[in-house]
Amino acid sequence: MMQPWRRWTISWPVALVLAVTLALSVGGSAMAQGAKPIKIGLGMALTGGLAANGKAALLAMQIWKDDVNKKGGLLGRPVEFVYYDDQTNPATVPGIYTKLLDVDKVDLVVSGYGTNLIAPAMPLVIERKLTFMGLFGLANNDKYKYARYFQISPNGPNAAAAFSDGFFELASRQNPKPKTIALVGADAEFPHNALTAARETVKKYGLQVVYDKTYPPDTVDYTPIVRAIKATNPDIVFVCSYPPDSAGMVLAANEVGLEPKMFGGGMVGLHFTALLTKLGPKLNGIVDYAFWVPEPTMKFPGIEAFLQKYQPEAGKAGVDPLGFYLPPWAYAMMQVLGDAVEGTKSLDQGKLADYMHAKEFDTIVGKVKFGPDGEWAKARTVTIQFQNIKGTDMEQFRQPGKQVVVYPEEFKSGNLIYPYSAARK
Amino acid sequence: MKGRWLLVLALVLLVGAFVLTRLVDNRYVYFAAYVVLQYVVLATAWNILGGYTGYVNFGTGAFFAMGVYTSVFLIQSVGAPLPVQIVAGGVVAGLLGLGIGYLTLRLRGTFFSIATLALAVVLQTMIINWEYVGGAKGINIIRPAQAPFFSNYVEFLFMVMSLLAIGSVAVAWLIEHSRIGRGFAAIRDNEEAAECTGVPTLRLKLLATTVSGCLMGVAGAPFPYYLSFVDPVSAFNLSYALNSLAMPVVGGTTTWLGPVIGAILLGTTQQLATVTISSELNILIVGVILVFFVVLAPEGIVGLVRRLARRADA
Amino acid sequence: MISLDLLLNAVVAGVLLGGFYAAVSLGISVTFGLLDVVNIAHPVFVILGAYTAFTLNSAYAVDPLLAGVVFAPVFFLLGVVVYRIYYTSFESKGESSQAGGLVFFFGILFIVEVALILKFGVDYRMIEASYVGESIHLGPIGIAFRLLVPCVAGLLMTLLLYVFLGKTFYGRAIRGVAQDSLALRLMGADPVKIKTLAFGISIATASVAGALLIMISPVEPSIGRAYIGRAFAITVLGGLGSIGGTLAAAMILGVAESLTSTFSGPSWALAVSFGILLLVLAVRPAGLFGRR
Repeated sequence: MMQPWRRWTISWPVALVLAVTLALSVGGSAMAQGAKPIKIGLGMALTGGLAANGKAALLAMQIWKDDVNKKGGLLGRPVEFVYYDDQTNPATVPGIYTKLLDVDKVDLVVSGYGTNLIAPAMPLVIERKLTFMGLFGLANNDKYKYARYFQISPNGPNAAAAFSDGFFELASRQNPKPKTIALVGADAEFPHNALTAARETVKKYGLQVVYDKTYPPDTVDYTPIVRAIKATNPDIVFVCSYPPDSAGMVLAANEVGLEPKMFGGGMVGLHFTALLTKLGPKLNGIVDYAFWVPEPTMKFPGIEAFLQKYQPEAGKAGVDPLGFYLPPWAYAMMQVLGDAVEGTKSLDQGKLADYMHAKEFDTIVGKVKFGPDGEWAKARTVTIQFQNIKGTDMEQFRQPGKQVVVYPEEFKSGNLIYPYSAARK
Repeated sequence: MKGRWLLVLALVLLVGAFVLTRLVDNRYVYFAAYVVLQYVVLATAWNILGGYTGYVNFGTGAFFAMGVYTSVFLIQSVGAPLPVQIVAGGVVAGLLGLGIGYLTLRLRGTFFSIATLALAVVLQTMIINWEYVGGAKGINIIRPAQAPFFSNYVEFLFMVMSLLAIGSVAVAWLIEHSRIGRGFAAIRDNEEAAECTGVPTLRLKLLATTVSGCLMGVAGAPFPYYLSFVDPVSAFNLSYALNSLAMPVVGGTTTWLGPVIGAILLGTTQQLATVTISSELNILIVGVILVFFVVLAPEGIVGLVRRLARRADA
Repeated sequence: MISLDLLLNAVVAGVLLGGFYAAVSLGISVTFGLLDVVNIAHPVFVILGAYTAFTLNSAYAVDPLLAGVVFAPVFFLLGVVVYRIYYTSFESKGESSQAGGLVFFFGILFIVEVALILKFGVDYRMIEASYVGESIHLGPIGIAFRLLVPCVAGLLMTLLLYVFLGKTFYGRAIRGVAQDSLALRLMGADPVKIKTLAFGISIATASVAGALLIMISPVEPSIGRAYIGRAFAITVLGGLGSIGGTLAAAMILGVAESLTSTFSGPSWALAVSFGILLLVLAVRPAGLFGRR
């Protein structure tokens, strides 16, 4: 056992070193001389539950920054990011954004990823009248109706419903029409929101709800839930879930032999490479929402080039290697912001907001036009069906034909295979 | 430390805090300081039960969240002002403490800890299923437009939390220097012996859980206005349970000063790390500091200082 | 609507889940139940086990269960090291500072979690095994291999541990060490060595439990925290010091979760489990099979 005095002599120097290191890292960010950079500040989930997406998004944004700087920056000045890890913990957000604004004195701010991480920043940006771009948040502006908020996800004015509209529209077109539906989802922000909207849509189409329950996100075994659903014999099973439960539900559905006429919903995570490859053919037939998939109807200018740059970096950074879900949108969000800065030739928050409301932007995810509340003027969430997935090889997903767009007409790249069981052969 | 001097010190600190709000415009300081002060309250509250009586509470999140959601409920239903929220939060959480104390009074210490953990899970599930306060979706809370006395709301919250911090430390100090405190210590050292010598252990334990719970609820009450967004995952976050346990242990559990030191040290480190190192290394630093301190200074910083002082005397 | 089919399946699913829960909780049962050490970091060692199984599985297509068993000795050594540090800092001083030990293990939890994040990133990982996704049907009852294998493994582990603790010298020494270390010394066994052995075994079980976990669902470094509550609840419910009790409690909780999920609402499944725990504690503080 160490002598007390020895412990003392060890602990104090180490504590001192720790303190000095911290102090240095706080104060030691002396900027290099040159054209004064434009600083864009944000918090992002680099640890915690949303980190897988958050890190991928940050990588995409950094690729944008490099692209812009190669062309001379914005307004002739280099672009720099100041970012902090929000740890997927909303409580860190006010502190982070005030530091960015008051201490780091950034010129522009954008949000982190996810509804819950955007929400605490709203009062701050509203108070200071900042133009604020949101990355994939649901209904963040509903209560505030703030004119300078812009959401890059294409859900449109009725965001929560966008996840289910296509799904139910397709269902209603089938002959014979499906009659009964089971609704299920996780006890968490997005699934709750999406399910609430789905219940309204279901009424509109006259479907009868035979099961409507939610489960805790850290449920281990989904078999009892799937069995209970199967027992109600629904024509449609609509699931709203996050990655671990999306996988759990798919696995359980396969084992229990759940085969409704239509299966899927708002299942986040099924587009992640890890789940795409490990679940493989078990995904066939599932109808899910998507924002972008590598189908011929969605080959917007610049998207291929972006993915070519992103995919090698992603492997190194340990994030989603294919990058179809969030990264293109993070990049597009920065494109919109950059375009606005160049378009107004200023960093004035009011001018930027006005410009962003007026213009239709060209981005790697297609044309972007915002409505008065900051959401897309017209929803562009697409509905896809997983088809023809064979085995668990990753390369097949780079080609079209595996995540087929079945709705809306504008982006349709294939037909819905109905019923679900037909797609599983 | 003599009581009178401490009172003077407390007043000086309060005045200092007030002066600070007049001088410093940089809002970041207030957001960060709020969190540290919140932890002073939580750590002190935890220590009243955990340090003084030896009963380790693992469900700080439950009591804190009770304060948070009582406020949310009051805001949604009657738009109650902050002082009312604080009192209500304290009362509700205190009753919860009383309840859990009563339920577990026959349990040995470790069972009490598990019971508090179970309680946190049950409460979280209930809140998740209560749509009125947001349920799993969470809820956006709009701050009052005008802060009383101050130019912006964060400074107001900072002052409120400073008051609460000093208040809770005062409660801890009073308990420590009273017969109640001696009773607590007797329970900590040997509960059976204490019972045999006539210490009213049941009543004292109930008092400890009630006061401890009440203060945790009080710490949670201003949270909705601080964050303007509340969801069960943030309110019941494991980090509250962890920090409110680690801070007194690192600082020293036998006296009111320990939790304060621990809260300031760990809290400030975490706040600094969030905006400097800002990555998974954050968690590593917390982990390393915890192990480091607990291994090298098992009686906390207070204990370490005491030992050195004693050796200096000898 | 309570159909017999559904009820039977729910109970069977609960039992399968219970076997898995037992595997995860065995380590806690040994350290908390027998040694009175609150190793809150145990679940993160389970996750570590899941990742080691994943590594072998993705690199060499080794069956995860086999990987779990192969790594068990490595985990045993890891447990020995951790316990040594713990012992030197806490127990050797005579005072059983429960809070101090808790903080120590929390620190370990964070350190291991970060190590996993740094090495594997935060993406979800799953394993591939031929039997994952297959199921067998016994009449109306369907049993997925994905859950059957972990359950059987969990039962086997419990049995092995039970036999070890009951019939071997070292096993019995472990049972006795918390209660009467003096008597143990008189019998020629060093209490510290015995406790170290026990702790090592508990971490070794984490290796196998982790392999079972990744069979059932995708893992990422921070999901261990969800199991802290369950593992301790099961140990306490079963009664401290009783391995059989741990298994029984795991089954009860598994079945309770399953029944609640099936019939009333999955939302409440966890609350029901912990509610049962609170009730049992209120009525019989020693747990179901506890000694005191």
